[in-house]
Amino acid sequence: MRLVSRRAVLTRRFNSAVRLGVVLTIACAPSNDKADGSSAGREASRTRVDLTGAGATFPYPLYSRWFNDYAQRTDVRINYQSIGSGGGIRQMIEGTVDFGATDVPMTDAELAQAGTPIVHVPTVLGAVAVTYNLPELKRPLRLSGDLLGLMFLGQLTKWNDPRLRDLNPDQPLPATDILVVHRADGSGTSYIFSDYLASASAAWAAGPGRGKDVLWPAGIGGKGNEGVAGQVKQMVGSVGYVEVVYARQNFLPVAHIRNSAGRFISPMPYEIGNAAASTFTGVVASRDLRASLVNAPGDQSYPIASFTWMLLAPERIGRAKADQLYQFIRWALADGASTASALGYVALPTVTATRVLALIDTLAAAPRTKP
Amino acid sequence: MAAVSRWSRQQVGDRVYDFVTSACAAVVPFLLVLLVIVIARAAWPALSLHAADLLTGTTWDVSRGRFGAIPAIVGTILSSLLALCIATPLAVGAAIFVSELAPRHLRGPLSFLIDLLAAIPSVVYGLWGLFVLVPFLRVHVMPPLMTLFGMLPLFRGPAYGPSLLAAALLLAIMILPYITSVSREVLVAVPRSQREAALALGATRWEMIRDAVLPYGRSGLIGAVMLGLGRALGETMAVTMVIGNRHAVPHSLLDPAYTMAAVLANEFAEASDDAHLSALMAVAGLLLVITLLVNVVARWLVWRVRQSHRPLASSIV
Repeated sequence: MRLVSRRAVLTRRFNSAVRLGVVLTIACAPSNDKADGSSAGREASRTRVDLTGAGATFPYPLYSRWFNDYAQRTDVRINYQSIGSGGGIRQMIEGTVDFGATDVPMTDAELAQAGTPIVHVPTVLGAVAVTYNLPELKRPLRLSGDLLGLMFLGQLTKWNDPRLRDLNPDQPLPATDILVVHRADGSGTSYIFSDYLASASAAWAAGPGRGKDVLWPAGIGGKGNEGVAGQVKQMVGSVGYVEVVYARQNFLPVAHIRNSAGRFISPMPYEIGNAAASTFTGVVASRDLRASLVNAPGDQSYPIASFTWMLLAPERIGRAKADQLYQFIRWALADGASTASALGYVALPTVTATRVLALIDTLAAAPRTKP
Repeated sequence: MAAVSRWSRQQVGDRVYDFVTSACAAVVPFLLVLLVIVIARAAWPALSLHAADLLTGTTWDVSRGRFGAIPAIVGTILSSLLALCIATPLAVGAAIFVSELAPRHLRGPLSFLIDLLAAIPSVVYGLWGLFVLVPFLRVHVMPPLMTLFGMLPLFRGPAYGPSLLAAALLLAIMILPYITSVSREVLVAVPRSQREAALALGATRWEMIRDAVLPYGRSGLIGAVMLGLGRALGETMAVTMVIGNRHAVPHSLLDPAYTMAAVLANEFAEASDDAHLSALMAVAGLLLVITLLVNVVARWLVWRVRQSHRPLASSIV
């Protein structure tokens, strides 16, 4: 608690230092219109806006590109610290940033703690890939949620188990131990994966459950995506999970996972996007977009997908800043989508983006408590 | 007059010198006190709410608010003690060779190489452990261990590679230079008269080392070993890369385990709820207490050995 509030104080100091810097820049800038000082000041503050945000590391490469591109188009500069989803939520509750970002939706208790309405705005899709090290296999491994659950519980221990052979007929599954690798550090990737296991495997739901750090009953822990991937690459007979962008960039073997329609799906952009599209057709129009995408309906949906969110507290940051953020989100979802795809992320499918933009419009039109 | 002013100027200089040095000396205890206060305050919620669970629980389940630190405590102590058992004979043997037996032209380069081993950053050891030691253990050491001694619970698989054994071996390599270096200094400091007296009594070279040199340096050797233990307890990066990071008390040398320092390194950055942060701070406090205890025990051992050793030394001389 103490630590965090110290962090908050530091952030506040940092922010005020940044603001001071901005004021000084404005003050020192040569002004042609010296007679009308007040209007010059207003002019300057309109041309240069600074926003600060903090949170998830997963979307950080994309966000920094977006913020950079956006700053070149407009005079809005967004400073983002990738301190992790937990840190982003924390700073939103403390009110030390203009916006937060997270891969793990805030709980109702956390929302209540913030003391001001916080809106979850999906920006892009993430997914978790199951990677493995079985050199004998010619085709991708096929897995189902309940078998994955048993593997990570340590209750399914041999690769040549009949249940695995049923899913992978005529694949040469070896008679060796299944070596499980999980994340040792708390992470949004672990949250998505355990959220999926909890929804697909009754045994997992009754056991470890979902969370950024759960009690992994079996296997070894690696730090970060690179830690897990490194262990899996080294150990023949191992299985682990990593963020899908990381898996694709490093050409890791990726398992096909059985979705709720009974089909085996690989984590490709269309299949991940489909998880979002099929989930949102069913959701009632509300301001709460914290929907979980795991085990989404639809023939073509990849079952271990998730949103990553920006967190906004419109009433706290005031109209001007909120409007700037709304503008940015509109730009990011429309013009920024191609950047997202180029960087390996999965942009929101049209139906979902429309839904998010409708939310932004409602927020922008809402009467303000603060001017 | 001139003498008096000169004297007072000297006194002023003395006072300034006094003040500066005592301020320097005060910084160290001040930092320690500050450290303890900060950790204690941050750990207080966890200690006041679930101290019993923390000190006796074996379940570390963040999502359910269970923080039992026993697996990490056991892992820390086991990996360090195992490392010590492996490193001490090697280190003392190396020190004896360098100080007593090595030809003169070999001593310099050997000491230099041993000291160089201490200068390698721990993350480099960790990477070496991850990419060389662990695969080697998994392929060439663990399978034969499992087939030969598999009936003993101590050598049951599965052979992940990252394990208590890997961590202990890596730690042993890492603390080897510290123990060797200090032991060598201790042995070199043994007076010539001790050796000459032993030789004069007709001792062989080995008897001279065993009966005159080693007992004389015993307190220093214990100090060297305890220094190594202190380093092993606090080592973080290298251990977390090879120990497997599992919150469970290991039952076999091949089981993955966890250490307190590794828990802190892995979980602190993403710890978001108060209970988790506080439990981690409590673990940090426990680690501090364990390290302090090791130091106290080391002091006590050195003191006791000195007490019992003094009459013996005087009787030989």
